[in-house]
Amino acid sequence: MKATGTKVIIETLIEQGCDTVFGYPGGAVLNIYDELYRNSNKIHHVISAHEQGAAHAADAYARVTGKAGVVIATSGPGATNLVTGIANAYLDSSPIVAITGNVALPLLGKDSFQEVDITGITMPITKHNYIVKDVNELADVIREAFKIAQSGRPGPVLIDVPKDVQTAVCDFENKKPEKMERICSVTEKQLEQVAKLISESERPYIYCGGGVVISQAGEEIEKLAAKIDSPIGFSMMGLSAVSADNPYWLGMTGMHGRYASTKANSEADLIIAAGVRFSDRATGNKSRYTQYAKVVHIDIDPAEIDKNISAYFGLIGDVKTVLTKLLAKLEKKTHTQWMDKIQQMRIQEGIQFVKDGVMHPKDIIEKVMEYTDENTIVATDVGQHQMWVAQYYRFKKPRTYLTSGGLGTMGFGMGAAIGGCFASGCKKTVLFTGDGSFGMNLNEMATAVSNNLPLVILIFNNGVLGMVRQWQNTFYDQRYSQTTLNRKTDFVKLAEAFGATGFRVMDIKMLKEALDTAFKTQGPVVIDCSISQDEKVLPMIPPGGSIDNIITR
Amino acid sequence: MKKGQFILSVLVANHAGVLTRISGLFSRRNFNIDSLNVAVTEDPLFSRMTIIARGDEAVQEQITKQLDKLHDVKKIELLTPEKTVLREHLLLKIKVTKKTRGEIVESVNIFRGRVVDFNLDSLTVEVTGESDKLDAFIKFVSQFGILEMCRAGALAVKRGAMADDSDK
Repeated sequence: MKATGTKVIIETLIEQGCDTVFGYPGGAVLNIYDELYRNSNKIHHVISAHEQGAAHAADAYARVTGKAGVVIATSGPGATNLVTGIANAYLDSSPIVAITGNVALPLLGKDSFQEVDITGITMPITKHNYIVKDVNELADVIREAFKIAQSGRPGPVLIDVPKDVQTAVCDFENKKPEKMERICSVTEKQLEQVAKLISESERPYIYCGGGVVISQAGEEIEKLAAKIDSPIGFSMMGLSAVSADNPYWLGMTGMHGRYASTKANSEADLIIAAGVRFSDRATGNKSRYTQYAKVVHIDIDPAEIDKNISAYFGLIGDVKTVLTKLLAKLEKKTHTQWMDKIQQMRIQEGIQFVKDGVMHPKDIIEKVMEYTDENTIVATDVGQHQMWVAQYYRFKKPRTYLTSGGLGTMGFGMGAAIGGCFASGCKKTVLFTGDGSFGMNLNEMATAVSNNLPLVILIFNNGVLGMVRQWQNTFYDQRYSQTTLNRKTDFVKLAEAFGATGFRVMDIKMLKEALDTAFKTQGPVVIDCSISQDEKVLPMIPPGGSIDNIITR
Repeated sequence: MKKGQFILSVLVANHAGVLTRISGLFSRRNFNIDSLNVAVTEDPLFSRMTIIARGDEAVQEQITKQLDKLHDVKKIELLTPEKTVLREHLLLKIKVTKKTRGEIVESVNIFRGRVVDFNLDSLTVEVTGESDKLDAFIKFVSQFGILEMCRAGALAVKRGAMADDSDK
């Protein structure tokens, strides 16, 4: 059949199984929005308050569903507003397909109104990107974009479509989307060598990253832990991969990791790392990190092997496939001494924790957990509250935890909660945020209210930029440069102004009452939780340090 | 070849923006390019890039793997100097007088170069060869006065049978 460029875009999106898109209309995408209008029964478009929010929503949608999230923006400022969202998705390996309009081909390169070179701008933060100058190539470019975004190590892809390409006509036939294969290039010999290494280990430590979530390999990790009697630690991105109820679970490792997890990581003689990239926040001092340990590194991206940490063995492939093959080669092992030691570390961790003040962040998180279940999507922003959630929220199921890991994007939370909520079928969704982070993209409250989304938004309000303040306190002689906000913003009134409900709570009793109402309310609810400005995220390992420099109080 | 240098022969899709993608990757990942040459191959769908870069084995490995992840990169070969024909091309405009002309032309012949343009007070010559040879020539003729210099980055081809292009 004959189709215009915009028809091709909508038809291929439907063909790829896309039923929800996030975006914001504008001059260069008028035609796409016209086509969306006609297909609103097939594709649900969610309009955000700002393109950044739409990009984070598409990212979160992808993290929850496992399939590519789609975001549409106009040329120029529409496209540049996506940039942080795309970079965020790139750093956390989240598959999004961003479609931007651009000025018509004859106007390209003339500094035309709302023209930017968005393919040039996004080149370093996309897996691949395109500017489509011939409508005949458009359908296959979109298909290829979905394939690139979702295959191997996932990531964002951007397609820039000039306005006259959108209106040009071409032949179009529907095609079935390609099936994604699980890649694995591991040989029998490698598996046997790794199995031998594991059997010789006395203090193994399984280190689980975001790749385990993406690959849905949590079950295999649990089997591995049970078979070789090994504790499981996590990078922040890996946290939801295995239920916190698993007896081998130690929680997050690294700079703000839980004590037992970080300690066990540093004392292990073998680190079996799956779907991780050994971020500096996770390893600290790299030579100390592997002082006693050999590293078996399993990852689908060959470039990750030996990038940050030299692996004794690199196994390249889809984590689930590699682990399944590896499990078949392993003998049952017990490490009584090591597991006793781990138990001691856990006890130590419990003793270390001291809280004062009326309402400790841990109390807030634990109270919220009484209202959520294992399927509840939990989003965070970036900063102290994010670390507290990573430390204390007990995630039970993969793809329930939305956080900005690699890029550390303050302002991620609102968009993410919206995208995550849509992906869950508009179920109750929780956002933990801070007064700083919330301030960055609170405009998306409008989106949440317009869609009557059941969001429970908990603002950890300490009146300061807590994480930066903590560093200023520890490393800059308490010179609190530009981190004491103490803004006069009334978050309750603000919520009400947006058309939402708001509460201010000063203690746990008030929090309980607010949560009682919030979890019964249909639309978004903001709970402004007052916490101490001097509350620190502990333990903490200074940057470039190790377990030897850990600060516990 | 200087110490720590290595040669990459990269087959890439021949369309706009590929050069930016490759050079952008080098700068973004904090790798150094000493020289880069690119032109279309016998098949107009592909271009061949010859890149001379610097770094230890770990850097070599990272560059190769990161390049391999780019959608437009079809094939990468790490060429070893002993098994590679490596050529650079030099165009040099040299100041001449009646007195010096003879000596300059003689040196061009010794270096197996050619005079490509001739003037009362200048000579333009071309010399092809490995990097060291060109360096030696430049050093020698600099005494006469170099007016303009233009030097292309290295081109490299593996010795022996055709490179395997089965990945195409």
